[in-house]
Amino acid sequence: MSNQEYPTMEGPVCPVPLAHQERIVMGHGSGGRMTQQLFERVFKPAFDNPALGQENDYAAITLPSPAKLTGKLSVSTDCHIVSPLFFPGGDIGRLAVCGTVNDMCMSGAQPLYLTAGFILEEGLSIETLAQVVQSIKIAAKEAGVQIIAGDTKVVEKGKADGLFITTTGVGWIPAGREIGGANAQTGDVVLISGPVGDHGIAVLSARGELGIETQIESDTAPLNGLIQAVLAAAPHTHVLRDPTRGGLATTLNEIARQSQIGILIEERAIPVSPPVKAACEMLGFDPLYIANEGKVIVITPADEASAALEAMRACKYGKEAMRIGVVADEPKGRVLLKTLIGGNRILDVLAGEILPRIC
Amino acid sequence: MQFVDEFRDKQLVHNVLDEIRRTVTRPWVIMEICGGQTHAFLHYGLDQMLPPEIELVHGPGCPVCVTSLELIDRALAIAARPDVIFTSFGDMLRVPGSTGDLFSARAAGAQVRVVYSPLDAVKIAAENPDKEVVFFAIGFETTGPVNAMSVIQAQAMGLKNFSVLVSQVCVPPAMHAILSSPLNRVQGFLAAGHVSTVMGYWEYPPITEQYKIPIVVTGFEPLDLMQGILLTVRQLEKGTHEVQNAYPRAVTYEGNKAAQAILQKVYESCDRNWRGIGKIPMSGWKLRDAYRDFDAEKRFKVSDIKTKESEICISGLILQGLKKPPECPAFGMLCTPQNPLGATMVSSEGACAAYYRYGRTA
Repeated sequence: MSNQEYPTMEGPVCPVPLAHQERIVMGHGSGGRMTQQLFERVFKPAFDNPALGQENDYAAITLPSPAKLTGKLSVSTDCHIVSPLFFPGGDIGRLAVCGTVNDMCMSGAQPLYLTAGFILEEGLSIETLAQVVQSIKIAAKEAGVQIIAGDTKVVEKGKADGLFITTTGVGWIPAGREIGGANAQTGDVVLISGPVGDHGIAVLSARGELGIETQIESDTAPLNGLIQAVLAAAPHTHVLRDPTRGGLATTLNEIARQSQIGILIEERAIPVSPPVKAACEMLGFDPLYIANEGKVIVITPADEASAALEAMRACKYGKEAMRIGVVADEPKGRVLLKTLIGGNRILDVLAGEILPRIC
Repeated sequence: MQFVDEFRDKQLVHNVLDEIRRTVTRPWVIMEICGGQTHAFLHYGLDQMLPPEIELVHGPGCPVCVTSLELIDRALAIAARPDVIFTSFGDMLRVPGSTGDLFSARAAGAQVRVVYSPLDAVKIAAENPDKEVVFFAIGFETTGPVNAMSVIQAQAMGLKNFSVLVSQVCVPPAMHAILSSPLNRVQGFLAAGHVSTVMGYWEYPPITEQYKIPIVVTGFEPLDLMQGILLTVRQLEKGTHEVQNAYPRAVTYEGNKAAQAILQKVYESCDRNWRGIGKIPMSGWKLRDAYRDFDAEKRFKVSDIKTKESEICISGLILQGLKKPPECPAFGMLCTPQNPLGATMVSSEGACAAYYRYGRTA
């Protein structure tokens, strides 16, 4: 026997599994210890509230002020995919909160709760996930909603684009509030809460494929504050709708079709920021078809329109609100644009993917 | 926006419109060659503001529209290969070939990427040495120089995995084809401003002489278009036939000589099939022999793919200005931007798409 020292052996053991604290691996979606650790580390600190803290597979919530609950529930689900995950003015987390909050608000609802489902791609940095979750926390706080339930699944690398988020919202529509796309009436006034096209162009330029650099920031924002202000000032508002995918033009067409009325829009009155206008000129896009994530179209009786406009302009997200048109009998189901030059043209819906023009 | 807003000034446009109304005394048929101009007319509603004596017909100046079905089928065959990354301007992805479009090819697993410049395609080739990268080099004299430049650049970089599927076409031969047709109705031309920026307008005097027809080089903003119409109408009323330049802030007589030199270096003239019109002699360009290694048709041996055009679609008559989109029985019914039968419905610059989008049904 030599005097060489051997390491202490405690019997045959398997290697200790790595903690995987840097990147998402398949085990984070297993439902086992790693999932629990991810929840404890990333989600729970951000979304701490009694419902989530129960750690059940469901959230049991006590509705606020039950005595007043004589209206309707508003429920909305939205899936969020965006590339890149972070873009000027927002990220997928802020988008996931604002998208669903805004959809709920369009019924005149006061949003209360959100649930969030996460599909994570293997290899996603946990730091990135934590940033997104932090952004959800901030946006939810701003919108005054709680994240009360959620789920996480992991898919193999290459089967998702980093991170997808689905959020579902529950909100409260006070009794007597009747707002919807089919309610526009002849004589109503059409308002928009601010310049259009910022979000779409911000995301497109953040992808770096356009070969142009812009200062344009996405307008992603929760609109519930603004909408409550509008409804306080213009309680008989008929339609609220956020012009997201397909842009202002497509959304106006949806309203015209649902309400079976015509919408007459003044091109000159539509606010478009100069950088967005310039980017669209260069790329061959029309800003009226570019997505927004923090704008609302308000259609309200003429005698309440000025009050609605003032209420919007007094809000953080409505400073540049404009009156852009009126509702008329004809052309039924269509949108007619009075052009800058004074000609008329039908403003149609977006046909498919927005494609840049060749020359 | 400076240099744009001035040319969209309502009052200035109406001043020119008034002058057109004062000048015109009888019916005239004027063709705007370029699809971009067609769209601008309809986008601003300018066509409806013109006096009824002036009839606009929309010319074959949309590169996406006139690319032959056969070439699209060849593009689809190349794109379907697993070793290929197929790159194209965005508009081209929606153009139907006989079995689908590049979007459906992509959905079926083909690697199809939209690029904003052919030089981006060269970059993709450099970044993917194990793939064949093909660029769909379509377009008129406007895209020609930069398409040609991609070949020069790929050669300079020593790239062996880059090639171009060429579908270059030229404006003057199309004007000859329209004017020499026994059915021709066109009495005056607005020549395409962007094409003229590259080529100048030295090619036009022989055309005005031969056919006794005025040609006015015209830009794309409302004021440009109205000015182009006014100069054309003045000539028509006076009975003159000259080449005039209504777009002097972008166009000179000689054009962009550096761009023309690149075209000459890389391309030589050839016959081209125009979708809906048919073969026009010496109406396009192909790669010169010195660059034949970059020819995707040769590299992928697709030259024997031959295709016939749809029988319902009248895009050929529309591209020649013989019919208006609503005169087609399929317009807006069988044929829509979502389900285009012919190329004039596909491109955002196509006359049918423009009529459909801007709600012109009559």
